[in-house]
Amino acid sequence: MATQHSRAAARFMISPAVILLLGWMLIPLIMTLWFSFQRYNLLMPGQGGFVGWENYYFFFTDPAFVSAIVNTLMLVLGVLIITVVGGILLAILLDQPMWGQGIVRILVIAPFFVMPTVSALVWKNMFFNPVNGLFAHLFKAIGLQPFDFLAQAPLASIICIVAWGWLPFATLILLTAMQSLDSEQLEAAEMDGASALAKFFYIVLPHLSRAITVVILIQTIFLLSVFAEILVTTSGGPGDASTNLTYLIYKQSLLQYDVGLGSAGGVIAIILANIVAIFLMRMIGKNLDI
Amino acid sequence: MTLRAQALWGACAIAALSTAAAAETTITIATVNNGDMVRMQGLSDEFTKAHPDIKLEWVTLEENILRQRVTTDIATKGGQYDVMTIGTYEVPIWAKQNWLAPLTDVPADYDVDDLLPSIRSALSVDGTLYAAPFYGESAMVMYRKDLADKAGVTIPDQPKWDDIMAAAKAMTDKGNEIYGICLRGKPGWGENMAFITAMANSYGARWFDMDWKAQFDSPEWKAALDDYLSMMNEYGPPGASSNGFNENLSLFQTGKCGMWIDATVAGSFVTDPDNSTVADSVAFAQFPTKGDLENHGNWLWAWSLAIPATTDAPDAAKTFVTWATSKAYTELVAEKDGWRAAPPGTRTSLYENPDYQAAAPFAEMTLKSMNAATPDHPSVQETPYTGGQFVAIPEFQGIGTAVGQQFSAALAGQVTADQALSSAQSLTDREMKRAGYPK
Amino acid sequence: MARAVTNQRKSINTLIAWAIGFLIFFPILWTILTSFKTEAEAIASPPSFLFFHWNLDAYHEVQERSNYFLHFWNSVVISLGSTLVGLAIAIPAAWSMAFVPAKRTKDVLMWMLSTKMLPPVGVLIPIYLIFRDTGLLDTRIGLVIVMTLINLPIIIWMLFTYFREIPGEILEAARMDGATLRDEIIHVLTPMAVPGIASTLLLNVILSWNEAFWTLNLTAAKAAPLTAFIASYSSPEGLFYAKLSAASTMAIAPILILGWFSQKQLVRGLTFGAVK
Repeated sequence: MATQHSRAAARFMISPAVILLLGWMLIPLIMTLWFSFQRYNLLMPGQGGFVGWENYYFFFTDPAFVSAIVNTLMLVLGVLIITVVGGILLAILLDQPMWGQGIVRILVIAPFFVMPTVSALVWKNMFFNPVNGLFAHLFKAIGLQPFDFLAQAPLASIICIVAWGWLPFATLILLTAMQSLDSEQLEAAEMDGASALAKFFYIVLPHLSRAITVVILIQTIFLLSVFAEILVTTSGGPGDASTNLTYLIYKQSLLQYDVGLGSAGGVIAIILANIVAIFLMRMIGKNLDI
Repeated sequence: MTLRAQALWGACAIAALSTAAAAETTITIATVNNGDMVRMQGLSDEFTKAHPDIKLEWVTLEENILRQRVTTDIATKGGQYDVMTIGTYEVPIWAKQNWLAPLTDVPADYDVDDLLPSIRSALSVDGTLYAAPFYGESAMVMYRKDLADKAGVTIPDQPKWDDIMAAAKAMTDKGNEIYGICLRGKPGWGENMAFITAMANSYGARWFDMDWKAQFDSPEWKAALDDYLSMMNEYGPPGASSNGFNENLSLFQTGKCGMWIDATVAGSFVTDPDNSTVADSVAFAQFPTKGDLENHGNWLWAWSLAIPATTDAPDAAKTFVTWATSKAYTELVAEKDGWRAAPPGTRTSLYENPDYQAAAPFAEMTLKSMNAATPDHPSVQETPYTGGQFVAIPEFQGIGTAVGQQFSAALAGQVTADQALSSAQSLTDREMKRAGYPK
Repeated sequence: MARAVTNQRKSINTLIAWAIGFLIFFPILWTILTSFKTEAEAIASPPSFLFFHWNLDAYHEVQERSNYFLHFWNSVVISLGSTLVGLAIAIPAAWSMAFVPAKRTKDVLMWMLSTKMLPPVGVLIPIYLIFRDTGLLDTRIGLVIVMTLINLPIIIWMLFTYFREIPGEILEAARMDGATLRDEIIHVLTPMAVPGIASTLLLNVILSWNEAFWTLNLTAAKAAPLTAFIASYSSPEGLFYAKLSAASTMAIAPILILGWFSQKQLVRGLTFGAVK
């Protein structure tokens, strides 16, 4: 169908995007690879030189490394579970007949517009703070000891903050999907005496599967590199309790100024990100016929 | 082209050149969002009025973000800033790398000899000054006289740690949200480690032995950390593991702390009736000592204005730096906000000024604390390093923050003191090995 | 009777939905309310919800300390600029992928998305050094370039999913009439794709507006957007909740209002071709 001519034109039109992205990926990647085999500490110029695998050795043996991987996965999975489950429930709720649906939608969508630094600062100070935060006041009002969220449950608190920001996104996509659901199908199922649960699992959920896939894909891309929320609230602590891979690399390359070590970490993170990417693409490939 | 046209062009060119010469120089100042610096930014209109040819651009950031940004910039020679706010830790290290422009040929009325000797030497390398101190500090005890009286305890001018612990116990009244003692717990080499290192120094501990081997397995460190943790767990506020200087300041100002041991610069904030509900009842004491040891922890710090060697406007930058740290600036602050608000801890003349002595009840204790600090000998034991609440080596930022994370985790109850100490020991040795010590 | 039941159910739905909506929105509402308090009221215990001394002190103080409009303008230029440049590059690319699909189209698209998964911290120092050498540090152009590259994959993918919905026959017909490729894109495709392009534009303006890693690390004074503005109100000395709230409100208000007004387009845009 497509002519030779239009193929050439297509290639020509796609090339700026491909070249730019290739450059954006390769140039820093090559520099990062290069640095990862160098001794390069910003604070100690003149101590350079090739060090072989030493940076990788130190990165892998970093006591925070394993917990950083675990935390990264927990963070991604935790937020995904909250937003997908919460998003489905909210979407079903908002799809019901009600008054003022537009206004509710405005309220629900709002957190998506809040920049991560602002939301982290607001949650940390005005809600989680164990002395002056709103939760502390609430706990005291019902006679409980204030709970120090960011010290006692740092990762869970960060998951909450991040999930709050992404819930609107999931809800909106799923709601749009819900609205395209054929109501006759549901009515027919009702006629046959299907329970609400059965309707949900056999009709609603399959219908939403494509939308859920998109939510997971897009969110994973952003969640893998969550950074601002951690920097602002816990700085990765206490201990390593809320250090994810991104934050670990930040710590090494910008708090210890050890660019060599940070670059080795960057290379590892890029490899891991690609593993996740391949995994995701398999899933997408099945669910999303592009 | 006719001669006339040429002449015209020439005139234009000259006119263009001369406007360029009269055009203003813009300098970019990176500073911390601490109260004194925010005030400086507010008062800088006076500076630009006196120097209409200099335009100021401000980058005001939270301490940790600022530090990371200026360090990245200066180490990669990014040249984004003309004036940087840095401390006594950075100045000598950066000066030795030739990253800073020396502060020579300062105006005569600047009176370099008026700078406090300890601060001046901390900002100098081989006798050359590399940064101008904006305000200086040591550490001291700030406490609520009313609460101490009510609890029936007295805190001597030179308390021992045992006095502090007894007082903390007596003053604590958790039912009314009064916590006997507030200390830093937020991880960071400039946050909890500043306090804990100073406290450990006073206990006779040291970071490294003469072979640069970490000393967290020593009994002195164990005693210091155990006491720190038990004080904070029993008498401290909730959420102490995320409290830094600023958080504790708010707690103290709102009357929730009996005692607070921290930087002397807080003296002017806690006695400020506009922002502090306890302004009338604050008293001061020196940093505690342990048993028979005569070591006050050796906390010494000065936020200072330095000019990176990469600046393209060294003269304008120097004009600003010498203005902001001059006696005239101090007088300007005194005129606008009263003597109590004058930037402390940098000049002898300030402490000899009767107006200041009258307005600042903390002045005497501040000076005493600063004079008691001996950063050349941080511990009673022999050390291969200098510094007080920090270790003056480039690697310390990373190590100190990592150790701070461990101690913060111990405070949050996630690990025990012994676990924290042994992780601190192994991670410090690991980092030192990586950095190639002993050198 | 049936109608009464419906109304009753409708009431319950409404009640639950409003309650949840209010809860989700509450942190933002609380921030806005706190910004009108004095510092002392902001930490008062118990906190007062509406009955406090409403005032604008915090806003005055923030305005005195920072040049809000400079940061605001930088945010506008960076987010809008990068989105427009991104669209200019992405429209042809998405066109060719949608209408002249090759065997590898899907792989190319997925590869593009995977570039977004790279952790930015890993490459900050290389980018910083490149920016230093090219004089792009602390310039709006530099940030526009970075933000364009960061969001390009998302832009391409979104546009691709819209373009795919456009029936190919229309293009064929245009081609029959002798339309050139350029005409085809400008006069036939673009008008049909305007809603999709608008949604893409909106989403990317929001994403760039809120991006806080590159904007914070590659700017100083001149090009610093609102993300840097807010960083100077993070844990300063003394009481700061009211000032923090005022600064936060000022930082999020423009995009919040834009988002609310355009939420229909945005919602349609967010589906990423997942909904047919």
